[in-house]
Amino acid sequence: MAEQKEEEYVHKIYNEIASHFSETRYKPWPIVTDFLEHRPMGSVGIDVGCGNGKYLGINPNIFIIGSDHSSGLIECAHDIDNAYNVLVADGMKLPHRENTFDFAISIAVVHHWSTRERRVQAINHILSKIKSGGEALIYCWALEQRSSRRGYQEGMEQDVLVPWVLHETKKEKHSSSDKPKKLKLASAPDLTNIPLKERAAFIANWRKEEEQKRLALIKEEAKEKEETAKKNTKYRYYHLYKEGELEEDCVSAGGKVKGSGYEKDNWYVVVQKQ
Amino acid sequence: MKFLTTNFLKCSVGACDNSNDNFPLRYEGSKCQIVQDETVEFNPQFLLNILDRVDWNAIVTVARELGNQSLPVTKPQFTHQNGDANTASNLTEDELAVLQDLHVLLLQTSIAEGQMSCRNCNHIYHIKNGIPNLLLPPHLA
Repeated sequence: MAEQKEEEYVHKIYNEIASHFSETRYKPWPIVTDFLEHRPMGSVGIDVGCGNGKYLGINPNIFIIGSDHSSGLIECAHDIDNAYNVLVADGMKLPHRENTFDFAISIAVVHHWSTRERRVQAINHILSKIKSGGEALIYCWALEQRSSRRGYQEGMEQDVLVPWVLHETKKEKHSSSDKPKKLKLASAPDLTNIPLKERAAFIANWRKEEEQKRLALIKEEAKEKEETAKKNTKYRYYHLYKEGELEEDCVSAGGKVKGSGYEKDNWYVVVQKQ
Repeated sequence: MKFLTTNFLKCSVGACDNSNDNFPLRYEGSKCQIVQDETVEFNPQFLLNILDRVDWNAIVTVARELGNQSLPVTKPQFTHQNGDANTASNLTEDELAVLQDLHVLLLQTSIAEGQMSCRNCNHIYHIKNGIPNLLLPPHLA
């Protein structure tokens, strides 16, 4: 079921990767910044799926409430700046009254809902909270990102699980490199009781055995590394939007598309509530 | 969680939207730890514009629950005697003083720890470390 998929591949994961994820999310995107800076003084808005809150302090002359389903990410936001107005909430059950806000933003969030119906519903829910005539800025990850590290592009599957590789915590690093794994190999065989004429053969055999031990050790280490990597790789569900799709979803959600474009591997739409 | 945020929070339970009691939430004064942050700067124009957007009855209700009985029942008006609508430059000293008090309440006052509940379904939401959690348990979601 859609909700279970989102629970397992979105909600759970973000709490697991929260602090590492937050470390990588500090640079505000220019078009989002521009949108926020152009809100009139004293505007009241919401940031749905605000993560670590990187957009909450852009414009000090607006009142913006950030929410996220991940309590881990909201704690990161609060730690970054305790003046941020943040709360933990479900984007599909926002605890705000309808027709209340001047604007909304939702940056790289809607793509986490796992069916088209739910994504449209989520946009509709965001629009329900803003006043008639108010605008929402919505970003979703693009399918067309050929030049990015991930290399997604036209023609590929749009519903994907995207790996997030956690870096080892200091503690883990310490314990794995600290283990006396590289068992000291003897530098020479013990020849004490070996008759002189058998020594050459004995040494050859010893060398062979030592080499086998060494190879086994390398193999074991590689396997261990692979297991750690597996354990530290978390998969998040995304729907990769193809060109024009986000506009369609915004219209299906009852909004009017005022502008759209592409930034940082994402499609974005400025959608107005009718 | 700033006091002003209480003006934008309702119960998350969808069914409560059909009642008139899902906003504002009911704050348990005795269980709420209130803190003041005097570093939040006073910006009269910002606050005037914010006041245009708040539900005054809800502010009065929540303030009372948290032990502040001093607010007038009707929203203070700052504009009628000054021709220009809502510009901070026209404010009298008295009006500025009223605004300053509201600044202290709405923006400098926060609930650090505490709880609030829905007046309709009585579900309790918690505030921990300044962060309210409005997620619902599975049986209500």
